[in-house]
Amino acid sequence: MKVLVPVKRVIDYNVKAKVKADGSGVDLANVKMSMNPFDEIAVEEAIRLKEAGTAEEVIVVSVGVKQAQETLRTALAMGADRAILVVAADDVHNDIEPLAVAKILKAIVDEEQPKLVIAGKQAIDNDMNAAGQMLAALLGWGQATFASELTLDGDAATVTREVDGGLQTITVGLPAIVTADLRLNEPRYASLPNIMKAKKKPLDEKTAADYGVDVSPRLEVVKTTEPPVRSAGIMVESVDELVSKLKEKGVV
Amino acid sequence: MPDMYDNSRPDRYFTEAHQAFRQSLRAFVARDITPNVEAWEAAGHLPRDLYRKAARMGIQGVLFPEEVGGSAGDFFMQVVVTEEMARCGAGGVCASLGSHSIGIPPVVAHGSDALCAAFAVPVIAGEKIAALAVTEPGGGSDVAALRTTAVRDGDHFVVNGEKTFITSGMQADVITVAVRTDPVSRGAGGISFLLVEGDTPGLERRALKKMGWWASDTAHLTFTDCRVPADHLIGVEGQGFRAAMMNFNSERLIIAVQAYSMAQVCYEEALAWARQRRAFGGTLTEQQVIRHKLVDMAARIDAARTLTHDIIWRRMEGLDPLNVHVARTSMAKIQATEAMKFCADQAVQILGGMGFMQGTASERIYREVKVLTIGGGTDEVMRNLAASQLGI
Repeated sequence: MKVLVPVKRVIDYNVKAKVKADGSGVDLANVKMSMNPFDEIAVEEAIRLKEAGTAEEVIVVSVGVKQAQETLRTALAMGADRAILVVAADDVHNDIEPLAVAKILKAIVDEEQPKLVIAGKQAIDNDMNAAGQMLAALLGWGQATFASELTLDGDAATVTREVDGGLQTITVGLPAIVTADLRLNEPRYASLPNIMKAKKKPLDEKTAADYGVDVSPRLEVVKTTEPPVRSAGIMVESVDELVSKLKEKGVV
Repeated sequence: MPDMYDNSRPDRYFTEAHQAFRQSLRAFVARDITPNVEAWEAAGHLPRDLYRKAARMGIQGVLFPEEVGGSAGDFFMQVVVTEEMARCGAGGVCASLGSHSIGIPPVVAHGSDALCAAFAVPVIAGEKIAALAVTEPGGGSDVAALRTTAVRDGDHFVVNGEKTFITSGMQADVITVAVRTDPVSRGAGGISFLLVEGDTPGLERRALKKMGWWASDTAHLTFTDCRVPADHLIGVEGQGFRAAMMNFNSERLIIAVQAYSMAQVCYEEALAWARQRRAFGGTLTEQQVIRHKLVDMAARIDAARTLTHDIIWRRMEGLDPLNVHVARTSMAKIQATEAMKFCADQAVQILGGMGFMQGTASERIYREVKVLTIGGGTDEVMRNLAASQLGI
């Protein structure tokens, strides 16, 4: 069984994002970029399926700028077998929208015929939470989103989902799309021997045009603003003062 | 906090693979090492499980060939390991976890296949701990003067003598010991390396209490009629001195890397503190005197780091004659340990009362300055060596 894992190159989660002066988006020039953390979890889950003998091959795909090949190398260093880079933008600020990504992924799924696609539940840059669901719709496959546990058994996947107020366990027939939530696993760090091996693993480079997908945006960003700055706290001299301040605010 | 160096992009020294491993290591150190440093410092040694975890990351095998389980990385890959390990802010952790890097190279370079398979491979796999024992109570840098003897008796060597300040000496399963196999010669000739197992009868080990590096199990070793199989001789009898000397240049470069990296930890801790600590109506970073201190720290770190990287690069490119390389290496060790001394001092000063308290990295690093200005060749030996190599 083949497992396909889409991965996205996003602003590193440690970097404090700054909005561009014209408010058109987040400034990504000379900013450290990394693999979307939820995608790392998806890659880890696919590798574990391979290690358990359930999957034969793990293919990672990224749609975006050419530099996303670094992200794919990271996935290869974690243990994926091969990578497909779909260059769809020249400028790192040009984010490819979920529908276009889903269409490209559909074309790749048609070619590669994986039985399972594991994706991150969302990318931490735009928090769209849409590409996986759209891909399921385009393919007519079942989907199990926000997975915190995944078990494969024959032609079905049993998935525990993190839903509001608790956990929900569902079974989906394969082929299917699973999107990974935070608690699905703890991704491994790429070891040096695997980083060295990753250099020799195949990485195919394609373009959006190769799949006949128009990636021009359908959404218009009206405005991007930074969250309001937290106002400074005050120091209190005594417990009594603390209690009276809290009472003033009406919280006790 | 922005890094002084952009370590996400490749440059002349570090390729994409180097930076990828750096990112992995940074996360590994932050998760599996830094939070445990205080506990290991208190315990006086590292847990064996850490050696296995490190081996799974490929830390021990960085420079070794693939045949023995290594990754055959270049020297800059070792620099990456040393720089990132140092971010835990505990030199003792780095020293003990890195003791194989001085103990095992002679085994891999000159030892028999059987020795490699029995001892180098399990060390690189994190199953065994290695140490190098050269220094004796009667002499350190003057290797030619060492007195521990190994006398052939049938198919064994009988070892007698003392070794001291041996990093990982308490826990080591595999000890590469410099011995005098020719009792007649007094100088550099007649020295060999012998592989002694930690549980050999007649080997006594005593833990040493130290100013710093508490997480490292440094030992005093006494050999009394230790019988060591003759096939544990590493390489050719009497050729040990040369092998010991070859090891020194790399060791000194790595000490320089560790020193400026520890200086960097001090700088980052002091900077983080200065940004949040308020005094006289503003943060410390708004006070000119503190701003200047921080820049002086950054400048010294940068100078030591740039010098060390340049020496390593020129060595890999084969650009310098040996005497120039040895002289610059000696000077880099001095430069980097001085940067560490300066930064530890300034950081403790900026941290103020907090800097005097245990629990800050700067306090610990302040106690670790001396081991790096003494170990691997003292400042004085380094200056003399540089002077002679430069023909002064």
